[in-house]
Amino acid sequence: RDCLQADIKCFSGWKQWNRTSRKSLKKVLSEVKELSSYLELWRHDIHSIEGKFGTGIQSYFSFLRFLVLLNFIIFILMFSFVTLPTILSNYGIFNSSFAKIPPKNIEPHCTVYEPSGDKGLVYFYTYLKDLLSGTGFLEVTSLFYGYYTIDAASLSILRYNLPLAYLLATFAYLALSLVWIIKRSVEGFKQNLVHAEDQFQSYCNKVFAGWDFCITDPNAARLKHRSLQYELQTDLEEERLKQKIADRTMKEKLRIYSLRIFINIIVFAVLSGCFYSIYKATVFSQENSNNDSNTNFQANLLVQYLPSMVITLANFIAPQIFSFLIRFEDYSPAFEIRLTLMRCVFVRLANIGVLLFSLWSQISYCAVDKCNACGYNYELYPCWESEVGQEMYKLMIFDFIIILAVTLFVDFPRKLLVTHCSCKPVQWCGLREFGISDNVLEIIYGQTICWIGTFFSPLLPAIATIKYFIIFYIKKISLIHTCKPAARPIRASSSNFFFLVVLLIGLLLAFIPLGISIAHIPSSKACGPFRSFNTSWAVVPDTILGFPTGLQQVLYGIASEAFAVPFFMVICLVMFYFIALAGAHKRVVEQLREQLVMESRDKLFLIRKITEAQRH
Amino acid sequence: QELTFLSKQEILLAYKRFSELLPKEERENACSARVPKSQILTLPELRANPFQHRICRVFSTLDDGDDSMSFEDFLDMLSAFSDSATSDVKSHYAFRIFDFDDDGTLDRKDLEKLVNCLTGQGEESRLSNAEMEQLIQNILEESDIDKDGTINLSEFQHVVSRSPDFASSFKIVL
Repeated sequence: RDCLQADIKCFSGWKQWNRTSRKSLKKVLSEVKELSSYLELWRHDIHSIEGKFGTGIQSYFSFLRFLVLLNFIIFILMFSFVTLPTILSNYGIFNSSFAKIPPKNIEPHCTVYEPSGDKGLVYFYTYLKDLLSGTGFLEVTSLFYGYYTIDAASLSILRYNLPLAYLLATFAYLALSLVWIIKRSVEGFKQNLVHAEDQFQSYCNKVFAGWDFCITDPNAARLKHRSLQYELQTDLEEERLKQKIADRTMKEKLRIYSLRIFINIIVFAVLSGCFYSIYKATVFSQENSNNDSNTNFQANLLVQYLPSMVITLANFIAPQIFSFLIRFEDYSPAFEIRLTLMRCVFVRLANIGVLLFSLWSQISYCAVDKCNACGYNYELYPCWESEVGQEMYKLMIFDFIIILAVTLFVDFPRKLLVTHCSCKPVQWCGLREFGISDNVLEIIYGQTICWIGTFFSPLLPAIATIKYFIIFYIKKISLIHTCKPAARPIRASSSNFFFLVVLLIGLLLAFIPLGISIAHIPSSKACGPFRSFNTSWAVVPDTILGFPTGLQQVLYGIASEAFAVPFFMVICLVMFYFIALAGAHKRVVEQLREQLVMESRDKLFLIRKITEAQRH
Repeated sequence: QELTFLSKQEILLAYKRFSELLPKEERENACSARVPKSQILTLPELRANPFQHRICRVFSTLDDGDDSMSFEDFLDMLSAFSDSATSDVKSHYAFRIFDFDDDGTLDRKDLEKLVNCLTGQGEESRLSNAEMEQLIQNILEESDIDKDGTINLSEFQHVVSRSPDFASSFKIVL
């Protein structure tokens, strides 16, 4: 208080006015911010979860909210540029019409495509079967690629190039996802970097600034105590482990490295087993579902869903095996967690890749000469993009059903059992812990399916939005009623960054199948907007040829090597400059720190000299 | 209002909360009354705080040690913990709060009590002796610049200024 009184006397009139005006501006800004935060989706729910369960779990739910918004925006994009013009021109609204140009120079047998739709009286269960597997009446709706068999639409006067719009909308949603994720992860990256830089002060930071004075709830206080204790203990343990690793003898090192190589071979074998079983299941499912014998409704559905079931099983078993194996590899606890997580991520995302690969091998398998002319198996897959879209649709629906089923049929009965039955083994099992990483991997897996599937099924993002919306409430209810708080609280800032990095990996992995489908595999000649082109990508060179010559030259110039190589070299130079700058800054920081130590030593020396001089 | 970092509304709110802590008869002259420590500790903001006793001791201006707070002490406390307080003020008060034996420096015993406050009150939530030793050693290594085995005010302020979480965690809002 005395300091402040002294301060007030120093301030002149102008400075005081400045200070008060700045304070009122800050107040206005904070009020505006508060008003805008009311518009945020689920703000109150996530806030209450943060208060009760900590910031680690809260970061999972805000990640879920981010995905809902992302999927909604992607849906709006695809709908307004692809679905809406098609529907408008199909129904002739606003004086629009469409042009269906039959493809030239193509064998007629390639262009035959008659989706069964719904003819006449059918059993009721076929509707259910169609809803669950995307065939039948669902196949001819705008959900799948086959609906968009239009080459050009004219809305009133404007001529709308639908194939180009379809391709560009695909690139647009991929680019939008990439930019948005990178923007979000940059904030987390900066924080991570600061944390890593301050490694030499991590203990002081944790002890002096560890307690959050805002906590008012005794439960939250207990949680905070526990998390602080856990963090301090893990850090100390890591330090001891580092010491132990540094003290290892040569013989021990040899033993550990050979053990690690052996375990990695086992991991590799497990992965190959998963991939092989997915491949076999997909081939079996495709072969048997195309027989189209209406023998048994359930058996047919089972065969249709076989790849999804095998993938889910693999996604469940493989992480258990990995977390069992990693105990033998003797890594530090933090590295253990990260390595297991990386392996699980790889399993989940590679499973989708194997599924797609096996689908393609089926689609492009040509035994007869006739189908070589089309480039794909025209008998079984006259509209192969719709088939792939159906597989992605099935994966998504099955994923959603599994999440629902696990919550309803495993978590709730478990909770009932634990609260009412007090026998030893049940109590030892206990309630389920809310495993953040498992749940995050689940939703990232779902999001990767959505990204890959949107090209083949433009309305898939809408289904994904609804799915994640419902999952939010399911997980929230499951968390509040059936889970016990985690024994190992995780720090939020590093988890946020980690989730976004894994999401980015999923997005980049989604580029690969899409790139191959668009640029390499011949598009089906019987359906879709790319009928008159060899591949889906071919619409872009075609459009460029229609540009004025000057623009064409510019575009060719940008895409040529004469431009790309110098551009790449300049980018490398800029990157090296920034790396050198960062290194120089680090050195300066170290030097200044040493200077500080010197200064205080000098000060101590002088004080000692003064006291000695005073004594004499 | 000019002596604290609080706004007029916050001061009025603080007055309201403070007078609620007084028994009915004394509410009229709340400005001059003193509230005993036991009442202060019923505030929700302080209830769950492991440093509650130290906070009362530091901000109470009564010298005979019964740790009661007048309204001005209460305002002082809220001002130091408010959003707009400068980092200097906060670190000054934080140092006094963490200095359990009031000797002007943070020595090993102070740090040990500090860590025990942070990890919780029960027996199983304390660190083992070896861990505590290791932790205190690390803290002193990081913050004790003149290597005298204790942390004085300027060393503490230096360490805290490099800490990214301090400003946001050392905050109480009514």
